[in-house]
Amino acid sequence: MSQETLRIQKISGHAGTVPGEDTQREFTVCKLIDTTTCIGCKACEVACMEWNDLPFGETVFDNTYQTMPETRWNYWNLILFNEHEREDGTLMWLMRKNQCMHCAEPGCLAACPADGAIVQYTNGIVDFQQANCIGCGYCITGCPFDIPKMNPKTNRVFKCTLCADRVGEGLEPACIKSCPTGCLHFGSKDDMKFLAEGRAKQLRDHSNFPKAGVYDPPGVGGTGVIYVLHDATQPELYGGLPKDPSIPWTVKLWKGPLKWLGNVAMVGGLIGLVVHYLRFGPKDHEDEGGEKK
Amino acid sequence: MSSTEQLLPPGHVLRYTLKERLTHWVAAGAYIYLLITGLAFWSPWLFWAAVILGGAPVSRMLHPWAGLIFFAAVCNMYVMWAPQMRHTDVDKAWWKAVRYYSTNQDDKMPPAGRYNAGQKFLFWGFFWSAVALLASGVVLWFPENIPWNLRFLRYISVIIHPAAALLTVGLFLIHVYMGVFAERGAFGSVIRGDVSIAFAKRYHPGWYKEIVRQSSTPRK
Repeated sequence: MSQETLRIQKISGHAGTVPGEDTQREFTVCKLIDTTTCIGCKACEVACMEWNDLPFGETVFDNTYQTMPETRWNYWNLILFNEHEREDGTLMWLMRKNQCMHCAEPGCLAACPADGAIVQYTNGIVDFQQANCIGCGYCITGCPFDIPKMNPKTNRVFKCTLCADRVGEGLEPACIKSCPTGCLHFGSKDDMKFLAEGRAKQLRDHSNFPKAGVYDPPGVGGTGVIYVLHDATQPELYGGLPKDPSIPWTVKLWKGPLKWLGNVAMVGGLIGLVVHYLRFGPKDHEDEGGEKK
Repeated sequence: MSSTEQLLPPGHVLRYTLKERLTHWVAAGAYIYLLITGLAFWSPWLFWAAVILGGAPVSRMLHPWAGLIFFAAVCNMYVMWAPQMRHTDVDKAWWKAVRYYSTNQDDKMPPAGRYNAGQKFLFWGFFWSAVALLASGVVLWFPENIPWNLRFLRYISVIIHPAAALLTVGLFLIHVYMGVFAERGAFGSVIRGDVSIAFAKRYHPGWYKEIVRQSSTPRK
Protein backbone atom coordinates (compact mmCIF):
# COMPACT_ATOMS: atom_id res chain seq x y z
CA MET A 1 0.00 0.00 0.00
CA SER A 2 1.18 3.48 -0.72
CA GLN A 3 -0.01 7.03 -1.05
CA GLU A 4 -1.46 6.01 -4.39
CA THR A 5 -4.33 4.62 -2.33
CA LEU A 6 -5.13 8.19 -1.26
CA ARG A 7 -6.25 9.22 -4.71
CA ILE A 8 -9.77 10.59 -4.49
CA GLN A 9 -12.63 8.66 -6.10
CA LYS A 10 -15.62 10.62 -4.69
CA ILE A 11 -15.91 14.34 -3.84
CA SER A 12 -18.79 16.08 -2.08
CA GLY A 13 -20.56 19.04 -3.71
CA HIS A 14 -18.38 18.78 -6.78
CA ALA A 15 -19.39 19.98 -10.23
CA GLY A 16 -16.66 18.46 -12.37
CA THR A 17 -14.89 15.20 -12.83
CA VAL A 18 -13.15 13.40 -10.00
CA PRO A 19 -9.41 12.89 -10.46
CA GLY A 20 -9.14 9.42 -8.97
CA GLU A 21 -12.30 7.93 -10.46
CA ASP A 22 -11.64 4.66 -12.25
CA THR A 23 -7.92 4.78 -11.55
CA GLN A 24 -6.33 1.49 -10.75
CA ARG A 25 -6.33 0.48 -7.13
CA GLU A 26 -4.93 -2.50 -5.34
CA PHE A 27 -7.75 -3.03 -2.88
CA THR A 28 -10.25 -1.44 -0.53
CA VAL A 29 -9.06 -1.34 3.05
CA CYS A 30 -11.15 -2.62 5.94
CA LYS A 31 -11.11 -2.74 9.71
CA LEU A 32 -12.49 -5.86 11.36
CA ILE A 33 -13.80 -5.59 14.92
CA ASP A 34 -14.47 -8.90 16.64
CA THR A 35 -16.82 -7.88 19.48
CA THR A 36 -16.58 -11.41 20.89
CA THR A 37 -12.96 -10.98 21.88
CA CYS A 38 -13.07 -7.30 22.91
CA ILE A 39 -12.41 -6.86 26.64
CA GLY A 40 -13.31 -3.16 26.78
CA CYS A 41 -9.82 -2.05 27.79
CA LYS A 42 -10.10 1.23 25.84
CA ALA A 43 -6.53 1.05 24.58
CA CYS A 44 -7.94 1.93 21.13
CA GLU A 45 -9.58 5.07 22.56
CA VAL A 46 -6.25 6.21 23.98
CA ALA A 47 -4.30 5.34 20.85
CA CYS A 48 -6.80 7.30 18.74
CA MET A 49 -6.41 10.38 20.95
CA GLU A 50 -2.65 10.10 20.91
CA TRP A 51 -2.09 9.56 17.21
CA ASN A 52 -4.64 12.16 16.11
CA ASP A 53 -3.39 14.61 18.74
CA LEU A 54 -6.87 15.18 20.15
CA PRO A 55 -7.14 17.20 23.36
CA PHE A 56 -8.20 15.51 26.58
CA GLY A 57 -11.95 15.88 27.11
CA GLU A 58 -13.94 15.41 30.27
CA THR A 59 -15.36 11.93 30.77
CA VAL A 60 -18.94 11.36 31.86
CA PHE A 61 -19.76 8.71 34.45
CA ASP A 62 -23.10 7.03 33.75
CA ASN A 63 -22.86 3.98 36.03
CA THR A 64 -21.21 1.90 33.33
CA TYR A 65 -17.67 1.48 32.11
CA GLN A 66 -18.33 3.75 29.15
CA THR A 67 -16.09 6.81 28.86
CA MET A 68 -18.88 9.13 27.67
CA PRO A 69 -22.38 8.78 26.18
CA GLU A 70 -21.34 9.19 22.53
CA THR A 71 -18.44 10.16 20.32
CA ARG A 72 -17.47 13.81 20.16
CA TRP A 73 -15.89 16.05 17.55
CA ASN A 74 -12.58 15.42 19.33
CA TYR A 75 -13.29 11.86 20.55
CA TRP A 76 -13.69 9.67 17.48
CA ASN A 77 -13.39 6.19 18.94
CA LEU A 78 -15.63 5.06 21.80
CA ILE A 79 -16.34 1.63 23.20
CA LEU A 80 -20.03 1.22 24.01
CA PHE A 81 -20.85 -1.04 26.96
CA ASN A 82 -24.22 -2.77 27.07
CA GLU A 83 -25.59 -5.38 29.45
CA HIS A 84 -27.95 -7.85 27.81
CA GLU A 85 -30.04 -10.50 29.53
CA ARG A 86 -30.58 -13.54 27.37
CA GLU A 87 -33.75 -15.62 27.29
CA ASP A 88 -32.24 -18.24 29.59
CA GLY A 89 -31.55 -15.56 32.21
CA THR A 90 -27.81 -15.40 31.71
CA LEU A 91 -26.11 -12.07 31.30
CA MET A 92 -24.01 -10.90 28.38
CA TRP A 93 -21.74 -7.91 28.55
CA LEU A 94 -21.57 -6.51 25.05
CA MET A 95 -18.76 -4.16 24.09
CA ARG A 96 -18.59 -2.48 20.72
CA LYS A 97 -15.93 -0.10 19.53
CA ASN A 98 -17.89 2.66 17.80
CA GLN A 99 -16.44 4.96 15.16
CA CYS A 100 -17.00 6.00 11.54
CA MET A 101 -18.01 2.99 9.45
CA HIS A 102 -16.44 4.32 6.21
CA CYS A 103 -19.45 3.37 4.06
CA ALA A 104 -18.89 2.51 0.42
CA GLU A 105 -21.85 4.82 -0.30
CA PRO A 106 -21.44 7.50 2.36
CA GLY A 107 -24.56 9.44 3.37
CA CYS A 108 -22.43 12.29 4.72
CA LEU A 109 -20.78 12.76 1.33
CA ALA A 110 -24.10 12.56 -0.52
CA ALA A 111 -25.64 15.27 1.70
CA CYS A 112 -22.63 17.62 1.73
CA PRO A 113 -22.99 20.77 -0.43
CA ALA A 114 -19.40 22.02 0.00
CA ASP A 115 -16.98 21.26 -2.79
CA GLY A 116 -14.33 18.87 -1.49
CA ALA A 117 -15.33 18.97 2.18
CA ILE A 118 -15.84 15.20 2.18
CA VAL A 119 -13.85 12.85 -0.02
CA GLN A 120 -13.57 9.12 -0.50
CA TYR A 121 -10.15 7.80 -1.39
CA THR A 122 -9.72 4.95 -3.82
CA ASN A 123 -8.87 2.72 -0.88
CA GLY A 124 -12.39 3.35 0.47
CA ILE A 125 -11.55 5.68 3.36
CA VAL A 126 -14.08 8.51 3.81
CA ASP A 127 -12.31 11.63 5.01
CA PHE A 128 -13.45 15.12 6.04
CA GLN A 129 -11.42 18.06 4.77
CA GLN A 130 -12.14 20.73 7.37
CA ALA A 131 -10.55 23.47 5.24
CA ASN A 132 -13.40 23.07 2.75
CA CYS A 133 -16.14 22.53 5.34
CA ILE A 134 -18.76 25.29 5.60
CA GLY A 135 -20.31 24.09 8.87
CA CYS A 136 -23.81 23.38 7.54
CA GLY A 137 -24.14 20.05 9.32
CA TYR A 138 -25.88 18.26 6.44
CA CYS A 139 -23.43 15.37 6.90
CA ILE A 140 -24.89 14.87 10.38
CA THR A 141 -28.30 14.37 8.74
CA GLY A 142 -26.93 12.14 5.99
CA CYS A 143 -25.11 9.73 8.32
CA PRO A 144 -27.17 6.71 9.47
CA PHE A 145 -24.68 6.01 12.29
CA ASP A 146 -24.68 9.39 14.13
CA ILE A 147 -20.94 9.83 13.63
CA PRO A 148 -20.07 13.33 12.32
CA LYS A 149 -19.81 15.79 15.21
CA MET A 150 -19.64 19.59 15.09
CA ASN A 151 -16.94 21.58 16.84
CA PRO A 152 -19.14 24.37 18.24
CA LYS A 153 -16.25 26.82 18.34
CA THR A 154 -15.08 26.51 14.74
CA ASN A 155 -18.29 25.19 13.13
CA ARG A 156 -16.37 22.40 11.47
CA VAL A 157 -17.31 18.73 11.53
CA PHE A 158 -14.90 15.97 12.54
CA LYS A 159 -14.84 12.20 12.70
CA CYS A 160 -12.55 9.16 12.51
CA THR A 161 -10.25 9.25 9.47
CA LEU A 162 -9.38 5.54 9.67
CA CYS A 163 -5.91 7.05 10.17
CA ALA A 164 -5.70 7.82 6.44
CA ASP A 165 -2.33 9.42 7.10
CA ARG A 166 -0.94 6.19 8.57
CA VAL A 167 -2.61 3.98 5.97
CA GLY A 168 -1.15 6.11 3.18
CA GLU A 169 2.30 5.33 4.59
CA GLY A 170 1.63 1.63 4.77
CA LEU A 171 0.84 1.49 8.49
CA GLU A 172 -2.27 0.17 10.20
CA PRO A 173 -4.64 2.58 12.01
CA ALA A 174 -3.60 3.53 15.57
CA CYS A 175 -6.49 1.64 17.21
CA ILE A 176 -5.46 -1.61 15.49
CA LYS A 177 -1.87 -1.16 16.61
CA SER A 178 -2.91 -0.81 20.25
CA CYS A 179 -5.37 -3.69 20.61
CA PRO A 180 -4.03 -6.21 23.15
CA THR A 181 -6.45 -9.07 22.48
CA GLY A 182 -6.25 -9.08 18.70
CA CYS A 183 -9.93 -8.36 18.34
CA LEU A 184 -9.03 -5.64 15.83
CA HIS A 185 -7.69 -6.53 12.40
CA PHE A 186 -6.81 -4.44 9.39
CA GLY A 187 -6.31 -5.38 5.75
CA SER A 188 -8.12 -5.65 2.47
CA LYS A 189 -11.89 -5.91 2.53
CA ASP A 190 -11.76 -9.39 1.01
CA ASP A 191 -9.29 -10.66 3.59
CA MET A 192 -11.22 -9.16 6.49
CA LYS A 193 -14.50 -10.63 5.25
CA PHE A 194 -12.86 -14.04 4.99
CA LEU A 195 -11.43 -13.74 8.49
CA ALA A 196 -14.75 -12.50 9.91
CA GLU A 197 -16.82 -15.22 8.30
CA GLY A 198 -14.40 -17.83 9.60
CA ARG A 199 -14.66 -16.46 13.13
CA ALA A 200 -18.47 -16.31 12.91
CA LYS A 201 -18.55 -19.93 11.77
CA GLN A 202 -16.33 -20.89 14.67
CA LEU A 203 -18.71 -19.14 17.08
CA ARG A 204 -21.73 -20.88 15.57
CA ASP A 205 -20.16 -24.33 15.44
CA HIS A 206 -18.14 -24.45 18.63
CA SER A 207 -19.13 -21.68 21.03
CA ASN A 208 -22.92 -21.95 21.28
CA PHE A 209 -23.64 -18.74 19.44
CA PRO A 210 -25.93 -20.06 16.68
CA LYS A 211 -26.82 -16.55 15.51
CA ALA A 212 -23.27 -15.29 15.26
CA GLY A 213 -22.50 -13.42 12.07
CA VAL A 214 -20.79 -10.56 10.30
CA TYR A 215 -22.12 -6.99 10.19
CA ASP A 216 -21.43 -5.46 6.77
CA PRO A 217 -24.70 -3.64 5.96
CA PRO A 218 -25.57 -3.65 2.23
CA GLY A 219 -27.88 -0.61 2.60
CA VAL A 220 -24.84 1.68 2.47
CA GLY A 221 -22.96 -0.44 -0.06
CA GLY A 222 -21.07 -2.28 2.65
CA THR A 223 -18.75 -0.65 5.14
CA GLY A 224 -15.02 -0.22 5.59
CA VAL A 225 -15.47 -1.27 9.20
CA ILE A 226 -17.10 -4.65 9.79
CA TYR A 227 -18.10 -6.40 13.01
CA VAL A 228 -18.30 -9.98 14.18
CA LEU A 229 -21.36 -10.13 16.48
CA HIS A 230 -22.48 -12.94 18.82
CA ASP A 231 -26.00 -12.27 17.56
CA ALA A 232 -26.03 -10.75 14.10
CA THR A 233 -29.83 -10.75 14.07
CA GLN A 234 -29.95 -8.10 16.80
CA PRO A 235 -27.23 -5.52 16.13
CA GLU A 236 -29.33 -2.95 18.05
CA LEU A 237 -28.20 -4.59 21.29
CA TYR A 238 -24.70 -3.31 20.67
CA GLY A 239 -25.36 0.32 21.56
CA GLY A 240 -27.97 0.89 18.89
CA LEU A 241 -26.10 -0.38 15.84
CA PRO A 242 -28.78 0.00 13.13
CA LYS A 243 -30.03 -3.28 11.69
CA ASP A 244 -30.42 -2.11 8.10
CA PRO A 245 -28.84 1.32 7.77
CA SER A 246 -29.23 3.38 4.64
CA ILE A 247 -29.01 7.00 3.60
CA PRO A 248 -32.27 8.66 4.81
CA TRP A 249 -34.80 8.49 1.95
CA THR A 250 -35.51 12.21 2.19
CA VAL A 251 -31.82 12.92 1.59
CA LYS A 252 -31.91 10.67 -1.48
CA LEU A 253 -35.12 12.34 -2.70
CA TRP A 254 -33.62 15.79 -2.16
CA LYS A 255 -30.32 15.02 -3.88
CA GLY A 256 -31.97 12.95 -6.61
CA PRO A 257 -35.41 13.56 -8.16
CA LEU A 258 -36.10 16.88 -6.41
CA LYS A 259 -32.83 18.36 -7.61
CA TRP A 260 -33.48 17.18 -11.13
CA LEU A 261 -37.08 18.41 -11.18
CA GLY A 262 -36.18 21.69 -9.51
CA ASN A 263 -33.43 22.48 -12.00
CA VAL A 264 -35.66 21.67 -14.97
CA ALA A 265 -38.48 23.77 -13.49
CA MET A 266 -36.25 26.78 -12.77
CA VAL A 267 -34.51 26.80 -16.14
CA GLY A 268 -37.78 26.00 -17.91
CA GLY A 269 -39.56 28.80 -16.05
CA LEU A 270 -36.90 31.33 -17.03
CA ILE A 271 -37.04 30.29 -20.67
CA GLY A 272 -40.84 30.34 -20.55
CA LEU A 273 -40.90 33.93 -19.29
CA VAL A 274 -38.47 35.09 -21.96
CA VAL A 275 -40.54 33.41 -24.67
CA HIS A 276 -43.73 34.91 -23.21
CA TYR A 277 -42.23 38.39 -23.31
CA LEU A 278 -41.05 37.95 -26.89
CA ARG A 279 -44.48 36.66 -27.94
CA PHE A 280 -46.80 38.98 -26.00
CA GLY A 281 -44.62 41.83 -24.77
CA PRO A 282 -45.68 44.14 -21.98
CA LYS A 283 -49.26 44.86 -21.09
CA ASP A 284 -50.28 48.26 -22.37
CA HIS A 285 -52.38 51.10 -21.09
CA GLU A 286 -52.40 54.80 -21.89
CA ASP A 287 -50.43 56.70 -19.34
CA GLU A 288 -52.72 59.69 -19.01
CA GLY A 289 -56.42 59.93 -19.35
CA GLY A 290 -59.02 57.31 -19.95
CA GLU A 291 -59.10 53.61 -20.56
CA LYS A 292 -57.67 52.20 -23.71
CA LYS A 293 -60.17 50.46 -25.90
CA MET B 1 -56.07 54.73 1.17
CA SER B 2 -54.75 56.41 4.25
CA SER B 3 -54.72 60.15 4.55
CA THR B 4 -50.92 60.32 4.36
CA GLU B 5 -50.26 63.35 2.25
CA GLN B 6 -47.75 62.85 -0.46
CA LEU B 7 -47.10 65.00 -3.48
CA LEU B 8 -48.27 62.99 -6.45
CA PRO B 9 -47.89 63.89 -10.09
CA PRO B 10 -51.18 64.97 -11.67
CA GLY B 11 -53.29 62.06 -12.84
CA HIS B 12 -51.70 59.69 -10.33
CA VAL B 13 -53.02 57.95 -7.25
CA LEU B 14 -51.16 56.52 -4.25
CA ARG B 15 -50.98 52.73 -4.41
CA TYR B 16 -48.36 51.81 -1.80
CA THR B 17 -47.64 53.74 1.40
CA LEU B 18 -44.07 54.29 2.53
CA LYS B 19 -44.47 51.53 5.12
CA GLU B 20 -45.67 49.10 2.48
CA ARG B 21 -42.78 49.97 0.17
CA LEU B 22 -40.16 49.69 2.91
CA THR B 23 -41.52 46.32 3.99
CA HIS B 24 -41.47 45.14 0.39
CA TRP B 25 -37.83 46.10 -0.10
CA VAL B 26 -36.65 44.65 3.19
CA ALA B 27 -38.28 41.37 2.17
CA ALA B 28 -36.89 41.66 -1.37
CA GLY B 29 -33.33 42.35 -0.24
CA ALA B 30 -33.37 39.51 2.25
CA TYR B 31 -34.99 37.17 -0.27
CA ILE B 32 -32.44 37.85 -2.99
CA TYR B 33 -29.58 37.13 -0.57
CA LEU B 34 -31.36 33.97 0.57
CA LEU B 35 -31.98 32.93 -3.03
CA ILE B 36 -28.36 33.33 -4.14
CA THR B 37 -26.81 31.65 -1.10
CA GLY B 38 -29.54 29.01 -1.10
CA LEU B 39 -28.91 28.16 -4.75
CA ALA B 40 -25.19 27.90 -3.96
CA PHE B 41 -25.97 25.19 -1.37
CA TRP B 42 -28.53 23.63 -3.72
CA SER B 43 -26.22 22.81 -6.60
CA PRO B 44 -22.45 22.36 -6.95
CA TRP B 45 -22.79 24.17 -10.30
CA LEU B 46 -23.80 27.34 -8.43
CA PHE B 47 -21.44 26.98 -5.45
CA TRP B 48 -19.34 29.84 -6.84
CA ALA B 49 -22.15 32.26 -5.94
CA ALA B 50 -21.44 31.69 -2.25
CA VAL B 51 -17.74 32.16 -2.87
CA ILE B 52 -18.42 35.56 -4.44
CA LEU B 53 -20.59 36.57 -1.47
CA GLY B 54 -17.70 36.26 0.97
CA GLY B 55 -17.16 32.51 1.06
CA ALA B 56 -19.48 29.60 1.70
CA PRO B 57 -18.90 29.48 5.49
CA VAL B 58 -19.96 33.15 5.71
CA SER B 59 -22.99 32.42 3.55
CA ARG B 60 -23.87 29.50 5.80
CA MET B 61 -23.57 31.75 8.84
CA LEU B 62 -25.64 34.65 7.47
CA HIS B 63 -28.31 32.72 5.52
CA PRO B 64 -30.37 31.92 8.66
CA TRP B 65 -30.21 35.52 9.88
CA ALA B 66 -31.34 36.81 6.49
CA GLY B 67 -34.13 34.26 6.80
CA LEU B 68 -35.25 35.80 10.08
CA ILE B 69 -35.30 39.27 8.49
CA PHE B 70 -37.29 37.91 5.55
CA PHE B 71 -39.77 36.20 7.86
CA ALA B 72 -40.21 39.36 9.94
CA ALA B 73 -40.97 41.35 6.78
CA VAL B 74 -43.44 38.69 5.63
CA CYS B 75 -45.15 38.84 9.04
CA ASN B 76 -45.47 42.60 8.63
CA MET B 77 -47.02 42.03 5.20
CA TYR B 78 -49.47 39.63 6.79
CA VAL B 79 -50.54 42.29 9.27
CA MET B 80 -50.85 44.93 6.54
CA TRP B 81 -52.39 42.91 3.75
CA ALA B 82 -54.02 39.69 4.94
CA PRO B 83 -57.51 41.27 5.20
CA GLN B 84 -57.19 42.47 1.59
CA MET B 85 -56.04 39.06 0.37
CA ARG B 86 -59.24 37.14 1.06
CA HIS B 87 -60.56 35.07 -1.81
CA THR B 88 -63.70 36.59 -3.39
CA ASP B 89 -66.15 35.69 -6.14
CA VAL B 90 -64.34 38.11 -8.44
CA ASP B 91 -61.18 36.08 -7.86
CA LYS B 92 -62.97 32.92 -8.87
CA ALA B 93 -64.02 34.59 -12.13
CA TRP B 94 -60.48 35.95 -12.52
CA TRP B 95 -58.92 32.48 -12.42
CA LYS B 96 -61.46 31.28 -15.00
CA ALA B 97 -60.35 34.10 -17.29
CA VAL B 98 -56.65 33.84 -16.51
CA ARG B 99 -55.78 32.92 -20.09
CA TYR B 100 -56.89 36.41 -21.18
CA TYR B 101 -54.72 37.92 -18.46
CA SER B 102 -51.67 35.99 -19.57
CA THR B 103 -52.22 37.00 -23.20
CA ASN B 104 -52.55 40.71 -22.35
CA GLN B 105 -56.28 40.94 -23.08
CA ASP B 106 -56.95 42.75 -19.85
CA ASP B 107 -60.20 44.28 -21.05
CA LYS B 108 -61.73 40.79 -20.90
CA MET B 109 -60.82 40.38 -17.20
CA PRO B 110 -63.32 40.68 -14.36
CA PRO B 111 -62.78 43.89 -12.35
CA ALA B 112 -60.02 43.19 -9.81
CA GLY B 113 -59.84 45.02 -6.50
CA ARG B 114 -56.63 46.36 -4.97
CA TYR B 115 -55.09 42.95 -5.58
CA ASN B 116 -56.09 40.56 -8.32
CA ALA B 117 -56.42 36.84 -7.72
CA GLY B 118 -52.90 36.18 -9.01
CA GLN B 119 -51.41 38.65 -6.58
CA LYS B 120 -53.36 37.04 -3.77
CA PHE B 121 -51.99 33.67 -4.78
CA LEU B 122 -48.49 35.13 -4.71
CA PHE B 123 -49.08 36.54 -1.23
CA TRP B 124 -50.40 33.32 0.28
CA GLY B 125 -47.82 31.24 -1.54
CA PHE B 126 -45.00 33.33 -0.12
CA PHE B 127 -46.61 33.46 3.32
CA TRP B 128 -47.03 29.71 3.74
CA SER B 129 -43.67 28.99 2.13
CA ALA B 130 -42.06 31.40 4.58
CA VAL B 131 -43.69 29.55 7.48
CA ALA B 132 -42.44 26.20 6.15
CA LEU B 133 -38.99 27.62 5.43
CA LEU B 134 -38.71 29.05 8.94
CA ALA B 135 -39.85 25.84 10.65
CA SER B 136 -37.49 23.63 8.64
CA GLY B 137 -34.78 26.28 8.63
CA VAL B 138 -34.53 26.38 12.41
CA VAL B 139 -33.81 22.62 12.37
CA LEU B 140 -31.20 23.03 9.63
CA TRP B 141 -29.64 25.93 11.53
CA PHE B 142 -28.70 23.72 14.50
CA PRO B 143 -28.71 20.14 13.20
CA GLU B 144 -26.08 19.09 15.76
CA ASN B 145 -28.48 19.99 18.58
CA ILE B 146 -31.32 17.75 17.36
CA PRO B 147 -31.18 14.61 19.52
CA TRP B 148 -30.71 11.31 17.72
CA ASN B 149 -34.19 10.05 18.60
CA LEU B 150 -35.71 13.21 17.05
CA ARG B 151 -33.68 12.81 13.86
CA PHE B 152 -36.87 12.56 11.79
CA LEU B 153 -37.06 16.35 12.22
CA ARG B 154 -33.81 16.67 10.29
CA TYR B 155 -34.99 14.17 7.69
CA ILE B 156 -38.21 16.07 6.92
CA SER B 157 -36.48 19.45 7.10
CA VAL B 158 -33.95 18.64 4.39
CA ILE B 159 -36.81 17.93 1.99
CA ILE B 160 -39.30 20.62 3.11
CA HIS B 161 -36.75 23.43 2.97
CA PRO B 162 -35.72 23.01 -0.69
CA ALA B 163 -39.26 22.12 -1.80
CA ALA B 164 -40.72 25.27 -0.25
CA ALA B 165 -37.81 27.31 -1.58
CA LEU B 166 -38.43 26.00 -5.11
CA LEU B 167 -42.06 27.07 -4.81
CA THR B 168 -40.96 30.59 -3.87
CA VAL B 169 -38.53 30.64 -6.81
CA GLY B 170 -41.46 30.05 -9.15
CA LEU B 171 -43.51 32.76 -7.47
CA PHE B 172 -40.51 35.10 -7.43
CA LEU B 173 -39.83 34.66 -11.15
CA ILE B 174 -43.42 35.43 -12.07
CA HIS B 175 -43.57 38.32 -9.59
CA VAL B 176 -40.43 39.97 -10.99
CA TYR B 177 -41.60 39.36 -14.55
CA MET B 178 -44.99 40.93 -13.90
CA GLY B 179 -43.66 43.82 -11.87
CA VAL B 180 -40.61 44.76 -13.93
CA PHE B 181 -41.41 43.66 -17.47
CA ALA B 182 -45.10 42.96 -18.04
CA GLU B 183 -47.00 45.74 -16.27
CA ARG B 184 -45.44 49.07 -17.05
CA GLY B 185 -45.81 51.35 -14.04
CA ALA B 186 -45.85 48.52 -11.48
CA PHE B 187 -42.15 48.73 -10.68
CA GLY B 188 -42.33 52.50 -10.18
CA SER B 189 -45.31 52.10 -7.90
CA VAL B 190 -43.35 50.06 -5.38
CA ILE B 191 -40.54 52.63 -5.44
CA ARG B 192 -42.38 55.97 -5.52
CA GLY B 193 -45.74 54.66 -4.38
CA ASP B 194 -47.99 56.03 -7.10
CA VAL B 195 -49.62 54.69 -10.24
CA SER B 196 -51.37 56.53 -13.03
CA ILE B 197 -55.15 56.62 -13.03
CA ALA B 198 -55.03 54.74 -16.33
CA PHE B 199 -53.04 51.95 -14.61
CA ALA B 200 -55.51 51.79 -11.73
CA LYS B 201 -58.52 51.73 -14.03
CA ARG B 202 -57.10 49.09 -16.32
CA TYR B 203 -55.68 46.59 -13.82
CA HIS B 204 -57.57 47.32 -10.60
CA PRO B 205 -60.90 48.91 -11.58
CA GLY B 206 -62.60 47.71 -8.40
CA TRP B 207 -59.92 49.37 -6.29
CA TYR B 208 -60.07 52.58 -8.34
CA LYS B 209 -63.83 52.85 -7.89
CA GLU B 210 -63.36 52.37 -4.17
CA ILE B 211 -60.74 55.10 -3.71
CA VAL B 212 -62.78 57.53 -5.79
CA ARG B 213 -65.77 56.83 -3.57
CA GLN B 214 -63.72 57.25 -0.40
CA SER B 215 -62.05 60.47 -1.45
CA SER B 216 -64.07 63.63 -0.75
CA THR B 217 -62.20 65.47 -3.48
CA PRO B 218 -61.74 62.96 -6.29
CA ARG B 219 -58.46 63.36 -8.06
CA LYS B 220 -58.75 64.13 -11.71
